[in-house]
Amino acid sequence: MVDSLTPVLTKRWLSPRSWTIKTYEQLEGYTALRKALGAHPDQIIQQCKDSGLRGRGGAGFPTGMKWGFIPQGDGKPHYLVINADEGEPGTCKDIPLMMADPHSLIEGIIITSYAIRANFAAIYVRGEALHCIRRLDGAVKEAYAAGYLGKDILGSGFDLDVVVHAGAGAYICGEETALLDSLEGKRGQPRLKPPFPATAGLYASPTVVNNVETIASVPFIVNGGSDWFRTMGRERSPGPKIYSLSGHVTRPGQYEAPMGTTLRELLELAGGMKDGIPLKFWTPGGSSTPLFTADHLDVPLDFEGAAEAGSMLGTTALQIFNETVSVPWAVMKWTEFYKHESCGKCTPCREGTYWLVQILQRMVAGNGTASDIDTLLDVCDNILGRSFCALGDGAVSPITSGIKYFKDEFLALCDKNSAVLAGAH
Amino acid sequence: MTLAPEKSEVEVPEGHVKLVIDGFEVVAPKGELLIRTAERLGIVVPRFCDHPLLEPAGACRQCLVEVEMGGRPMPKPQASCTMTVADGMVVKTQLTSPVADKAQQGVMELLLINHPLDCPICDKGGECPLQNQALKHGRSDSRFHEHKRTFPKPLPISTQVLLDRERCVLCQRCTRFSAQIAGDPFIELLERGSQQQIGVAEGKPFQSYFSGNTIQICPVGALTSAAYRFRARPFDLISTPSVCEHCSSGCAERTDWRRGKVQRKLAGDDPEVNEEWICDKGRFAFRYATAGDRFTRPLVRDAESGELRETSWTEALQVAATGLAAARDAKGVGVLTGGRLTVEDAYAYAKFARVALKTNDVDFRARAHSAEELEFLTSTVLGTTPDNGGVTFTAIEAAPAVLCVAFEPEEEAPIVFLRLRKAARKKTKVFHLGQYTSPAVEKTFGTLLACVPGGEPAALNALEEHAADVTEALRGSGSVILVGERAAEVPGLFSAVARLAASTGAKVAWIPRRAGERGALEVGAVPNLLPGGRLVSDAAARSEVENAWGLVAGTLPTRAGRDTNGILVAAASGALDALVVAGVDPFDLPDPGLAQRALEFAGFVVSLELRPSAATAHADVVLPIAPAVEKSGSYLNWEGRRRDFGTTLEGTGALPDCRVLDTLAVEMDADLFTQTPAAAAADLDRLGSNVAEASAPTVSAPLLVQPTAGQAVLATWRRMLDNGSLQDEEPNLAGTARPVVAKVSAATAVHLGLDLGADITVSTERGSVTLPVEVADLPDGVVWLPGNSGPVTVRRNLVAGHGSLVAVAVSDGPSAEKSASDRGGNA
Ligand SMILES: Cc1cc2nc3c(=O)[nH]c(=O)nc-3n(C[C@H](O)[C@H](O)[C@H](O)COP(=O)(O)O)c2cc1C
Ligand code: SF4
Ligand code: FES
Repeated sequence: MVDSLTPVLTKRWLSPRSWTIKTYEQLEGYTALRKALGAHPDQIIQQCKDSGLRGRGGAGFPTGMKWGFIPQGDGKPHYLVINADEGEPGTCKDIPLMMADPHSLIEGIIITSYAIRANFAAIYVRGEALHCIRRLDGAVKEAYAAGYLGKDILGSGFDLDVVVHAGAGAYICGEETALLDSLEGKRGQPRLKPPFPATAGLYASPTVVNNVETIASVPFIVNGGSDWFRTMGRERSPGPKIYSLSGHVTRPGQYEAPMGTTLRELLELAGGMKDGIPLKFWTPGGSSTPLFTADHLDVPLDFEGAAEAGSMLGTTALQIFNETVSVPWAVMKWTEFYKHESCGKCTPCREGTYWLVQILQRMVAGNGTASDIDTLLDVCDNILGRSFCALGDGAVSPITSGIKYFKDEFLALCDKNSAVLAGAH
Repeated sequence: MTLAPEKSEVEVPEGHVKLVIDGFEVVAPKGELLIRTAERLGIVVPRFCDHPLLEPAGACRQCLVEVEMGGRPMPKPQASCTMTVADGMVVKTQLTSPVADKAQQGVMELLLINHPLDCPICDKGGECPLQNQALKHGRSDSRFHEHKRTFPKPLPISTQVLLDRERCVLCQRCTRFSAQIAGDPFIELLERGSQQQIGVAEGKPFQSYFSGNTIQICPVGALTSAAYRFRARPFDLISTPSVCEHCSSGCAERTDWRRGKVQRKLAGDDPEVNEEWICDKGRFAFRYATAGDRFTRPLVRDAESGELRETSWTEALQVAATGLAAARDAKGVGVLTGGRLTVEDAYAYAKFARVALKTNDVDFRARAHSAEELEFLTSTVLGTTPDNGGVTFTAIEAAPAVLCVAFEPEEEAPIVFLRLRKAARKKTKVFHLGQYTSPAVEKTFGTLLACVPGGEPAALNALEEHAADVTEALRGSGSVILVGERAAEVPGLFSAVARLAASTGAKVAWIPRRAGERGALEVGAVPNLLPGGRLVSDAAARSEVENAWGLVAGTLPTRAGRDTNGILVAAASGALDALVVAGVDPFDLPDPGLAQRALEFAGFVVSLELRPSAATAHADVVLPIAPAVEKSGSYLNWEGRRRDFGTTLEGTGALPDCRVLDTLAVEMDADLFTQTPAAAAADLDRLGSNVAEASAPTVSAPLLVQPTAGQAVLATWRRMLDNGSLQDEEPNLAGTARPVVAKVSAATAVHLGLDLGADITVSTERGSVTLPVEVADLPDGVVWLPGNSGPVTVRRNLVAGHGSLVAVAVSDGPSAEKSASDRGGNA
């Protein structure tokens, strides 16, 4: 089935100077915009609903429904904010997309803004991605020059300004409300919800926050129609998706495939496991999604498929590890990341990750005991669903799933220590 | 709260919902937070970040409960401090849900892993929410065997607030208080993750007048007071409810003391008045009462040496009585009471003046004052209380618009400022008729109506014409005009305020700076009024008083007496023979020289004082009196609300003024029946009130004098933290006073040739001050000086006031701290 695949989101990526407006326009660029501007904004929202497009930022929230939450005729300014923070470990789809085809995002932004009646949109880009920020800046300038941005776009009477904003490099700033605070110049920490961004987002005005890939899908839906979009993927998770394969594969990189593609199929595209060393474990959607093993090669990677198998689709960041890698070691590394990136706002995530890292480091150093495994699991239980935002939930995923599938490896680390020796009561 | 009898149909009133918490059906107003609804049922959910007066944060996660909506359990436990009630909700707290209980135990354990567990040496130990809740909802042992996080400590947030970051649970109460309530974000969250910590806000000087509240609401021992830390354990302290003696807000306080010594003061909880906050002066400024120079025994001036010498009460009272009686029978005695007396003490002075001294020459106003002011107070302020429609704190909060006239809320009545800010954060429009955009203007989101000092009446009269939005707003039902003490320095201003109030229907309140002023007015410590708001000039009122006091009809003097200024002029010129002075500082008066001459020339001076003042040098008899903590009594706050308090430190032997006067009167063959504050209050009660009808003043404002080259009009008022004598002995507090600078407009700075960083010299014929200068949005040709801060004591150095013409020039030398060592004035 993989060979039946025609790329959508990535179709221009290999064209020469694909990022320029010239190339973009030659390859159907900005045709969807013209079409959209001829329609009523509500029709665009409806079409997005009909397409079944779901957010590509991790949670898979139905995009059309999100747009529909924006109160219309409320007299307040509306905003569209693009989440280009791409912080989830292993995720590498938004930055390549913005590098290779920034205008598809900009076109999506204009159509979305038109639909939700926003006259200002911001692209919040991870600050470290300097090259990408420059490229976006260039593309935005080109779009202004071509009359796709600014006042009275293409004579439609619709105005839109787009700003590219460089974040300061914090994982938490990918969480949409922390992102909004950061965008407002405040400390990036998640906000209390409700109110949700749809009613009080940026500067307390109705705001849609969408992922880059989500919005870049929009022009294709407008041009191709919702039925066409639904020909790809599965019933409840339609459309194309960019899967990022990294780790021990022959050709790591971005692979576009319909929703529901399995790792077995993706590995085929990527030339199989590197050096033929067998697969041991992998993340379906970044490190915040519980690990899978070689037993999960045929799990359809869409929102439902991943969830039914006990994990989450997340950002379709497939970090792939072969048999040479120690699970406790990998789990420790991930936990170090979460400890480093915890924003500090709530107790479970702040203190919990601080504790978990030390236990894991001690175990990996060979100073653990079997009771540490119980402590790890119990501390994880006290974080999961108790923290302020989903960062805490993500932080425990590698640990609980790692112990679930590879407890022996954790126990093996404790072999030489009885409970009396280390970390003793 | 409505508890449902079993199986009955509970009425759910409009705007309410019905839910079940731990099996109890409960009706709650929409929008109520679950944690509060539970509390009303007597179910206490543990918490740290939650505070009823702060916006919810949901940060600590200690308050997790299980919630079921529409029959479906929510997948995760919910923070009960952020979730509001909903109809049909079923809530299970730790009492009925093992999940909630485990979640709470888990959070508690996590809070403790990095905590130093140094309760035995922690100020908070014994009154610590972390300690208490850890005992109730925590594990008895720790599973944490790793390395604790450490920080250097303590970290001084200011001279008076010290932070121990290891104890901090990062609940953000302190930072939220600062940002939301005080509006001074001096303390902030820094770093992230496990390194997240509280720290000093970058680039923001610590100049909050409310910082002490953060110590009180910190749920652990992380924020401590430099003055109190390591001095006592809460369980060794005795707590006495008290009322703050500093400003006219009348805050409820709790005074904690041990072995006859006050250790600290805390904010009391009074939703009508100060909610749960007090200012730093109210919290920290109490050591003046134990200063080494406090009088403990009476003094009389030795006839031979001319020096004061200690003596017995018997002799002192005899000398005083003889001297006063002689003066009374000659040209008379004037009584200056000062603005800090309790109602009972002020009443004793008012009665002493009438009964023992047979005079109406009595005035509480130890500050700039005017006849117009007294007319205004008599017509507009007298007798107003929360019970008869007077303006209140809660009325300010509900007002659609508030206009502050010649009133600096943050400096002069900080709790009024907090209410104004709270109101402004909701919907109240705040206007300030003043001189520049002071921090209070900014923090109340206010609109400044700037005018030249002295130009305030003209500004108010022209309001309709030039700022119709203001008069329009003031016409809104419930709008309020607040007028401050500075108005007495501006002729025509009280009249203009009364006129504006009449034309817009806005209510007016007068907010004096000192705790005793409003009470003194009501009990007749003024030349034109007898106690209970009766006019001296009203024969019927006089006979009521004569009756109640058991006086022969016609004994009370019939003509209004002299005001403070009149008394001083008379004493200085020999038209009065004696003065009775209570806590009056000449340097608070517009002309300190006149006051000093009056004290000098008065044949006989009796001073009732706590500590030496400028009056002491001229006193023939000094009678020591009790500070507020050593007596009982009441203040009448600016609202006219009675604020009763009992004696905190009993048995010190110090006597309240009313007792001293009672005994002194006996020596003079008069009975005051004010042996104790309770007796004085009862006597006053028997007299009752009969508030006079009077018409508002109609003084027109004089033409403004125009400054000539090298001159400016002086704008000045006093700051909350300054040289005030009640702040003595508290260097940590003084360390957070605002910097002493002059202010001029940018154009005036250019006009004067002031370079950035240059000093300015402000002078009058009587003296000069030199100090750094800053640019502010003052009207051109105006210079602002703090009234009594550091070396700048406007009354003493310049003998000037708000609206005076002064000379201004670039200083040729470095700012000379001319009188840095001498302190002028009382606060
Ligand atoms: C800790 C955390 C980090 C996140 N980081 C990102 C991110 O880098 N990029 C992103 O698009 N969404 C991220 N999200 C999800 C966003 O909160 C939000 O759901 C998303 O931007 C919505 O866009 P979508 O509906 O188009 O997916 C993160 C969420 C959490 C809890
Ligand atoms: S210092 Fe106290 S009030 Fe401030 S965050 Fe820490 S625990 Fe909370
Ligand atoms: S008290 Fe509810 S989260 Fe802190």
